[in-house]
Amino acid sequence: MSTPLVEMRGISIAFGGVKAVDDVSVDLYPGEVVGLLGHNGAGKSTLIKILSGAYAKDSGEVLVNGQQVTIHNPRDARSHNIETIYQTLALADNLDAASNLFLGRELVTKSGLLDEAAMEAECRKIMGRLNPNFTKFSDPVSALSGGQRQSVAIARAVYFNAKILIMDEPTAALGPHETQMVAGLIQQLKEQGIGIFLIDHDVHAVMELCDRASVMKNGKLVGTVNISDVTDDDLLSMIILGKNPTQKTQ
Amino acid sequence: MNNVTHKKRGLFDHLELDSRLLGMIAAFVILSVGFNIVTDGRFLTPRNIFNLTIQTVSVAIMASGMVFVIVARHIDLSVGALLATCSAIMAMMQTQILPDMFGLGLNHPATWILTIIVGLFAGTAIGAFHGWMVGYLTIPAFIVTLGGFLVWRNVAWYLTDGQTIGPLDSTFMMFGGVNGTLGTIWSTIIGGCAAVLAVYGLWNGRRAKVSHNFPVKPLWAECVLAIGVSTLIMGFVWILNSYTIPARKLKRMFEALGQEMPEGLVVGYGLPISVLILIGTAVVMTVVAKRTRFGRYIYATGGNPDAAELSGINTRALTVKIFALMGFLCALSAVVASARLANHSNDMGTLDELRVIAAAVIGGTALSGGIGTIYGAILGALIMQALQSGMAMVGVDAPFQNIVVGSVLVLAVLTDILYRKRTGSA
Repeated sequence: MSTPLVEMRGISIAFGGVKAVDDVSVDLYPGEVVGLLGHNGAGKSTLIKILSGAYAKDSGEVLVNGQQVTIHNPRDARSHNIETIYQTLALADNLDAASNLFLGRELVTKSGLLDEAAMEAECRKIMGRLNPNFTKFSDPVSALSGGQRQSVAIARAVYFNAKILIMDEPTAALGPHETQMVAGLIQQLKEQGIGIFLIDHDVHAVMELCDRASVMKNGKLVGTVNISDVTDDDLLSMIILGKNPTQKTQ
Repeated sequence: MNNVTHKKRGLFDHLELDSRLLGMIAAFVILSVGFNIVTDGRFLTPRNIFNLTIQTVSVAIMASGMVFVIVARHIDLSVGALLATCSAIMAMMQTQILPDMFGLGLNHPATWILTIIVGLFAGTAIGAFHGWMVGYLTIPAFIVTLGGFLVWRNVAWYLTDGQTIGPLDSTFMMFGGVNGTLGTIWSTIIGGCAAVLAVYGLWNGRRAKVSHNFPVKPLWAECVLAIGVSTLIMGFVWILNSYTIPARKLKRMFEALGQEMPEGLVVGYGLPISVLILIGTAVVMTVVAKRTRFGRYIYATGGNPDAAELSGINTRALTVKIFALMGFLCALSAVVASARLANHSNDMGTLDELRVIAAAVIGGTALSGGIGTIYGAILGALIMQALQSGMAMVGVDAPFQNIVVGSVLVLAVLTDILYRKRTGSA
């Protein structure tokens, strides 16, 4: 296989003596969706926040395209084309879609002022691709539905040439139709060669969308499996019992 | 997009004016006309409008900064005290430090400018210090500025030994209002330029939208807006031009120049420099709020601090900048306020923090953060001042004046809450 997009090796982080993530290694290849599974508090969100720059790891190393990198803050992560869609979506509800899309990376005119018109035009372009039904460009995002908000958050991640995309329970707050839309989108991004870490605790969603799955329990990695080799029940027993089915069979 | 345009019907919808702004203007008009009727036409005279405007300036300048502070989910209780400290520093500067240490006497051409530079620097530095404690030491802004309220009020006292310091530099006093106006000719020229600029701004905004094929409002609506704005600007200038300098004062001014006053000469005051400063502040602050990264980040942080942080915005440094700007505006207000009174007094700016916060809140700034406009806060300051001086003119007893102002503040916020619930905006 080619070089992985991301390799996280032996990552550990502790909060006040509690090891939230303990010596965990995961990797991600281009055009692949890797599911991160586990109970609440298993450490999957914490692990991924280290990659997105929200937390600083205590030990271990992160490699992007085979190169060791240091990620201290969200800005660093973005400079390595790592984009994150948080479970809370991290949108400023009082601002409109374009302002959120470009938050922290605004387009400016030659005089250094915000180029609102250009940003709205770009926003209309990308939303037209991701969610053609979207028309509320001048409303604050608080006036949008869950699916519309989700598509703004996704647009923000993919607009800036993300190579590595982290999605934290992207379908948790969505209805069936909107979930379908996100699933279609993930497929679309995969075809573009983007690697996706998908955090979820819904086993069925992971079985449907992912190529591989890494399961965590109590901050430790239980194991990483190919989705085609396992059943729903295998994944469930990994999550609940912390048993690795591949170890069992070998 | 078509169905959106179809939904719009009423005149005001076509103009795309903020309905809250219209409500506030309506409240202000009703208030003014009401007082005018009760006072037999004494309220809406050029003289009273002139006075009302110059009395509003100090609070309105600070209110524009308070909008940023509150939008970013902070509060500043120290603005009145900070104004007093800046005023005290500037008073000591021009009456003692510059004359005694540098030999620059009062009314020396460099005195006013050095004084103002030092004052603005002090205000900005103190504000930045507050912001550093809030942003980096993570002490709540309420506590930092409550402490600042006591500290700076008494620093001002200490600096001046509690004495009234005056008279101040004559050029410095031109920033106060009645002692520094532009005269009718310059006022008309400036008003004309402002009207042309405003119309150009509208046209430019429309052009940018058209070039990106965004929906625009009908051309007639744009014209109505342009005519309305220019009428408002020229009307305001016309009123200030119509307030004429009293004949006796004019005669004294001619005598000072050693000249004879021509018979029947009438000279209007025109735009006070202090009002020009306020208008300049309002324009700059609005541009900062809507067209700069700094402004965008303030609103984003107020809307969702976590989202702002995760977007790579340095919210700590942002806090320092917001409070530094607030401090700068306090110092600017201190220039206007002490110049208007022609001296520095120990009770300068007392209760201003409450007036400033009230102006911002009446103007639609939400204490929960993320929402607020500069023009709203300035209109809020104007409404409060109109209420106060109108009641004084009618002869309402002092305790009742404050009771009314306090009640209006609470009612204004209640109206705002009901309005937001109705329109469904956050």
